[in-house]
Amino acid sequence: MHQLWLIPALPLAGFLVNGIFGRKLPKAAVNAFAIGSVLLSFLWTVKILLALDPLNAPYVERYFTWIQSGYVNVGFDLGVDRLTAVMLLIVTGIGSLIHIYAIGYMSHEGGYYRFFAYMNLFMFFMLILVLAANYLLLFVGWEGVGLCSYLLIGFYFLKKSASDAGKKAFVVNRIGDFGFSLAMFLIMLNFGSLDFQNVFTKAAANGGGLAPNTITLICLLLLVGAIGKSAQVPLYVWLPDAMEGPTPVSALIHAATMVTAGVYMVARSAPLYNLSPTAMEVVAWVGLITAVMSATIGLTQYDIKKVFAYSTVSQLGYMFLGLGCGAYSAGIFHVMTHAFFKALLFLGAGSVIHALEGEQDLRMMGGLRSKIPVTFSVLLCAAVAIAGVPPFSGFHSKDAILLAAHAHHPWMYWVGVVTAGMTAFYVFRAIFLCFFGTYRGTAHPHESPLVMTLPLGVLALLSLGGGYLDVPHYLAPIFGGAHGEHDEALVVISVAAGVVGIAIAWLFYVVSPGLADGVARLFSWPYRVLYNKYYVDEAYDAVIVHPIRDGSTTVLWRVVDAGLIDGAVNGVGSLARSIGGGLRNMQSGYIRRYAAWVVLGSIVIIAAVSFWGGLR
Amino acid sequence: MNLLDILLIIPAAGFLLTLLLPKDNPALVRNFTLFVSLIAFVLSLGLIGPVQSNPGHMTFETNTQWIEYPSIRYHVGLDGLSLWLVILSTFLTPIVILVSWKYIQNRVKEFYAFLLALLFGVLGVFVALDLFLFFVFWEISLVPMYFLVGIWGHDKRIYAAVKFFLYTMAGSALMLIAIIYLYNKSGTFDMPLMLDMMQKGRLALNGTEGFWLFLAFFFAFAIKVPLFPLHTWLPDAHGEAPTAGSVMLASVLLKLGTYGLVRICLPLFGEAARQNAAWIIGLAITGIIYGALVAMVQPNMKRLVAYSSVSHLGFVVLGVFTFTQVGLDGAVYQMLNHGISTGALFILVGMLYERRHSLEIADYGGVGTSAPWLSTMFVITTLASVGLPLLNNFVGEFLVLQGAAQVNFLYAVFAAIGVILSSVYMLWMVQRTFYGETPSEVKHHVNDLSAREWAVLVPLIVMMVWMGIGSQSFLPAVSAQNAQILELMKKPAAKEVANAR
Repeated sequence: MHQLWLIPALPLAGFLVNGIFGRKLPKAAVNAFAIGSVLLSFLWTVKILLALDPLNAPYVERYFTWIQSGYVNVGFDLGVDRLTAVMLLIVTGIGSLIHIYAIGYMSHEGGYYRFFAYMNLFMFFMLILVLAANYLLLFVGWEGVGLCSYLLIGFYFLKKSASDAGKKAFVVNRIGDFGFSLAMFLIMLNFGSLDFQNVFTKAAANGGGLAPNTITLICLLLLVGAIGKSAQVPLYVWLPDAMEGPTPVSALIHAATMVTAGVYMVARSAPLYNLSPTAMEVVAWVGLITAVMSATIGLTQYDIKKVFAYSTVSQLGYMFLGLGCGAYSAGIFHVMTHAFFKALLFLGAGSVIHALEGEQDLRMMGGLRSKIPVTFSVLLCAAVAIAGVPPFSGFHSKDAILLAAHAHHPWMYWVGVVTAGMTAFYVFRAIFLCFFGTYRGTAHPHESPLVMTLPLGVLALLSLGGGYLDVPHYLAPIFGGAHGEHDEALVVISVAAGVVGIAIAWLFYVVSPGLADGVARLFSWPYRVLYNKYYVDEAYDAVIVHPIRDGSTTVLWRVVDAGLIDGAVNGVGSLARSIGGGLRNMQSGYIRRYAAWVVLGSIVIIAAVSFWGGLR
Repeated sequence: MNLLDILLIIPAAGFLLTLLLPKDNPALVRNFTLFVSLIAFVLSLGLIGPVQSNPGHMTFETNTQWIEYPSIRYHVGLDGLSLWLVILSTFLTPIVILVSWKYIQNRVKEFYAFLLALLFGVLGVFVALDLFLFFVFWEISLVPMYFLVGIWGHDKRIYAAVKFFLYTMAGSALMLIAIIYLYNKSGTFDMPLMLDMMQKGRLALNGTEGFWLFLAFFFAFAIKVPLFPLHTWLPDAHGEAPTAGSVMLASVLLKLGTYGLVRICLPLFGEAARQNAAWIIGLAITGIIYGALVAMVQPNMKRLVAYSSVSHLGFVVLGVFTFTQVGLDGAVYQMLNHGISTGALFILVGMLYERRHSLEIADYGGVGTSAPWLSTMFVITTLASVGLPLLNNFVGEFLVLQGAAQVNFLYAVFAAIGVILSSVYMLWMVQRTFYGETPSEVKHHVNDLSAREWAVLVPLIVMMVWMGIGSQSFLPAVSAQNAQILELMKKPAAKEVANAR
């Protein structure tokens, strides 16, 4: 036994201590429990992975039976394989850095202990998610991280927009979870188990004897869950709103870890997806559509966090594209590099926001290069990484995905390349608007403290060099070898697209700053559509939210419940009252009338008896 | 006289003794009834071991004559199906007594006496094995609830109490007719005896008889559950009842209906139950979605929780009528879960009411700032109610839906929509009540939990977590008895086919 359970249990302990006693604890103690527990969890992960190396087969620890009824038998089982190992290191490693950063970022906020309690709870559920050895336990983590996302998005619960965003995230995620749970019912029915090893062993043996349509249905329902959690079209709408939460939350949950859970889950289910080319195709399409759509929205946004949020959605789309093309390891590789550079982008943005005392609008920034040089340089590292500039981390993983896309359908590669160009453009647009030109705001910018810049520095190094951690090679025993030929021409083209994107951003926002507005005016109609995010939120409100709410109020509650059903009940009531009134007339107290009733009754009884008797 | 008989006598004796207490000493009444209910609870814990070691059979059985002719027997016993419902009742009674500690200041003695009478009635229903005895307890449980709503309720309490009473009586009347018909046919009210006669072919119901008898019982139970569209008494009763009444109503009284379905309808009228399962499941699923949608737009907290009960109980009925081990286990587990989490919700809403004197959601906001622990408890309970894994409801809902998927995948699809909707209506209420700026009325009146309130809530929260993670402490007993019931359902069906030929 390697005591895997300690990995999630440590943050859980941190949550319990800070959640129950945090209000009375000094800040130093809150920090010690919150950050200490996550750091210990990271160290314990490293220790276990070293002990288990080379981890050629999954290592599973079974603790106790959770649910047992009929053929349903679900255990509380945790397991590690190479895929989990990668995820564990990302979650605990990045998690530790972001927790440390948050000490500085949250230092002036109320509810300090509450913030860290929720963050620790998130770590617990996220670690359960990646350690789970069966679908139901994965679902525990899945729903749990959704809960923490809800709590942390709504952290500033005095603001209605924050609590609205939290609720939206939870409900939209629930729509995804609806698909996930239906998939679990089908897996349980068809494979008789939810345990990964059992299901995948059976699936490997001739598809478990299932009809291909059943497998496809299972995979598509799992995908619905993944779409909700990883903010893909059409359920991505919650993620941009989720930026209402504190910035470390955006970095940890809504960029580096939780939103990649869908990617992890699909990759985990690879033995099922491999049996269904249809489902794979859908995964690729969903990823590609999401990547393009959200990148175009990102071109026009002015809230620095919103830009990065749409960028996250877009990058997640890339990951799904990779998965759909069968390049699972490339998808997970991008999960890792994205965790580095996107966490850095958010934390860097947080450092900017911190410096500007809460300002998030790019139009109110500018010229910060000299005022907060450390933040500038680390953000630049993240930007070149996400733009796919070689040899930095994003280049390696994006390249792997694009090559796989080319091997799958060449046109998907080209769409991906154009999107990569847009990505480079909007990220550098944000960088140039923020750090170049002259300062347009009124605050007095100041560089962030060491406790914030230190994690930024570590992430910057990872963003630059993380591409050389050869995840695809490490995951090869699980997912097979490389996908797609290594074609120098394709690589050059995709790099060129990124460079062109950067160049255009430089032209628009540094060389001649009026140009962008001119272009926006020239294409005012498409610009408005993009600026308003294709009006998707408005459409959902008009087509789904309002009809359900109004229909429930007017039709179901007032007409059906109060009108029809209660009307009928009250009708029966008044009928009974009038019958009762009639019966009261019988009890008049007059002997003569009683006698008449007795005679009448006797006649009825005799008639009835003779009638029934006559029938015999 | 075994432990179970003593457990039945305690609340009855407590009821009578409470009536003898002096009227002008409410503290004595409260302490005495709390003491009695705690004794009942502690004793009931003694039932667990023996039943769990033999869950598929009757334990603590007593079978003596009550009335010679017609032959009515005092026949009680406990198995894995009734065990946890009995514990749930005894567990909640001291809790609701504590909940009422401050709130009830008017006719204190009668109030607490009625709570004990209620416990007596529901315990009787859960353990009675003689149909007539079952009916008597069924009616006994009705009376105290009628008074709890009618005397200590809110403004429209009389309307609500009468509506509750008439609805239930309509069902009871049909059930009584069915019981008498069965007696005429078999010469006994004794349920195990009837089942035995059916197994041996000495009692056979033809298709028409089975259908009408099933329907009569089903109607009585469906009103109590309540199954859509027979639910409209519930929002009124909940909306008007005092907290203790709402809690006992939701947590225990509704379970009398679902318990009756499992205990009586399934084994006695298996064939009819099978034939009618499709439309009943249709109503159950309709209720799941309908209850959730109507709950979503309620401006009144108690009515919101009441409609959520319609939705939750739809899951129970769905699970029962899948006739699968998994679905039935889930349904029974869900009865217990709903008892804990919805009971806790009503208690929390009652605590808000005691502070702010309003049940309108619009009168609240920002409670999270003025009463953080109360809000925390509310949120945890909400999460249990919406079926978050590691809390109790998840296990039950998962099993029910799995059972439903086994019968027809579309059942699971539609029912699972209710899971989505539950998060909508609950989180919306939480948002409007606990988040945002704090209005001054809330700031001045809504303070945090008192020690007594902690004592009420902590056991409930502990149970939510325990039942969510440690379902193995509870499910095996339920499972064993459900397996017996499903076995019984198979055999008479074969007999009826033989008779038909």
